[in-house]
Amino acid sequence: MKELRETVKSLLTEGKVDLVIGWEKGTMPGASTPVFIDTAEKADSLIFDSTCRNNLSVYFTKDRRELAKDDKKIGVVVKGCDSRSLVLNITEKQIDREKVTIIGVPCNGVLDMKKVTGKVDGKEILEFTDDGERVTVKGREFEQTFPLDEVISDSCVTCVRRDAVEHDLFIGEAREPGSDENAYVEVEEFEKLDSGERWARMEQEYSACIRCYACRNVCPSCYCNVCFVDQNDPQWIGKSPEITDTMIFHIIRNLHVAGRCVECGACERACPMDIKLLLLNRKVAKEVRDRFGSVTGTGLENKPAMADFKEDENQDFIMG
Amino acid sequence: MSEWEPKILAVLCNWCSYAGADLAGVSRMQYPPNIRVVRVPCSGRVDPLFILKGLQSGYDGVLVSGCHPGDCHYISGNYVARRRFAVLKPLLEFVGIEPDRVQFSWISAGEGERFAEVVSKVTEDIKKIGPAKRLVKGA
Ligand code: SF4
Ligand code: SF4
Ligand code: SF4
Repeated sequence: MKELRETVKSLLTEGKVDLVIGWEKGTMPGASTPVFIDTAEKADSLIFDSTCRNNLSVYFTKDRRELAKDDKKIGVVVKGCDSRSLVLNITEKQIDREKVTIIGVPCNGVLDMKKVTGKVDGKEILEFTDDGERVTVKGREFEQTFPLDEVISDSCVTCVRRDAVEHDLFIGEAREPGSDENAYVEVEEFEKLDSGERWARMEQEYSACIRCYACRNVCPSCYCNVCFVDQNDPQWIGKSPEITDTMIFHIIRNLHVAGRCVECGACERACPMDIKLLLLNRKVAKEVRDRFGSVTGTGLENKPAMADFKEDENQDFIMG
Repeated sequence: MSEWEPKILAVLCNWCSYAGADLAGVSRMQYPPNIRVVRVPCSGRVDPLFILKGLQSGYDGVLVSGCHPGDCHYISGNYVARRRFAVLKPLLEFVGIEPDRVQFSWISAGEGERFAEVVSKVTEDIKKIGPAKRLVKGA
């Protein structure tokens, strides 16, 4: 934390950046909130721990694009997945690499608050601390400590690129990516079910969706000026939470972020209905990896998979 | 009593598959009358929404067909489309849409016979799986 604050302070005082986007302590225990630091004094509020759940790359796209438009130099604090979003957005020409200073922080996974409250049987948590390996929660007449690993988001459990893949500065020492051999176990399990069973599970999971679009709004890869769900001429899908419209929304959103989703899990964490959104994202990411040999946001020189092609490519799904 | 006949949406590219369908027609080849053709300029124009919207609005199956790789009128439209379909197809199957419900083929302007064969095959496949239920509006 100290090193992060000092680094940001010197970037600001030396005039290397005009603004740094990071996290500060939130108002609720176990929560952080994005913060915009434009003077060295303010840098003391910066934190990084398992509560830093948001993918801050989202501030470079969507309606916040102006941020990156003027000549400001912007610094941003990133976890592994956030850095991949930046890389993707740079390859998509949404961000100018020259104008952004990427500050990597070592990530051990971010909290799934549902898992935390599960540990304490839903009791109210008044205080939360995290030392990078273990988290401690305190409430009225209880205190409990458990390994961080047991309460991190599903997206983090299988994450093999926890440290920034692209960075100008790194707080500590960036670790090499691990093997993604077991990253898609859950997808493979689901693939084993028969077609009817899969549909039934989907229907069950997605029938809870209230179409609030929080999942879309937090996603740094979802930045169309007019999203197809908001379009009304032609109106592609109904606005009601009828399962067919909801499924089409999710299928199409997944296709729109195909080869562009970094599996950060921000969408799933934003969902007020606790829908397991990542299963579809991961299915798509697995296809993209296996078919096109592409892992999103891992190289500035790589074209996004869906904007690329090879003439001679697997077409096993085309009728013979 | 008449047997159930599937309604199939066929999205065909203007330069190859649509011309292939035309050739099948002028050559008086027989193929099942189950398809309703929508002509698009290129398979690259096929938004996955067309397919899903088709299933939602009551089609029992969808066939998308374009020019063979290398033959695209716009050079690379079908290559880009192929990537898109390569993800779409497994994703649809993953969520529980029956594998034969949505099919893809390449048919050139000279392949009238192949067009007739493909339509027969797709119609047979969809007859086997029965009327669409998943994703259908109001089902
Ligand atoms: S997905 Fe990886 S990099 Fe992102 S928060 Fe989880 S562990 Fe960290
Ligand atoms: S779709 Fe979800 S997991 Fe993928 S980049 Fe967007 S927020 Fe992250
Ligand atoms: S955040 Fe959850 S409830 Fe809201 S639209 Fe997305 S999936 Fe549906």
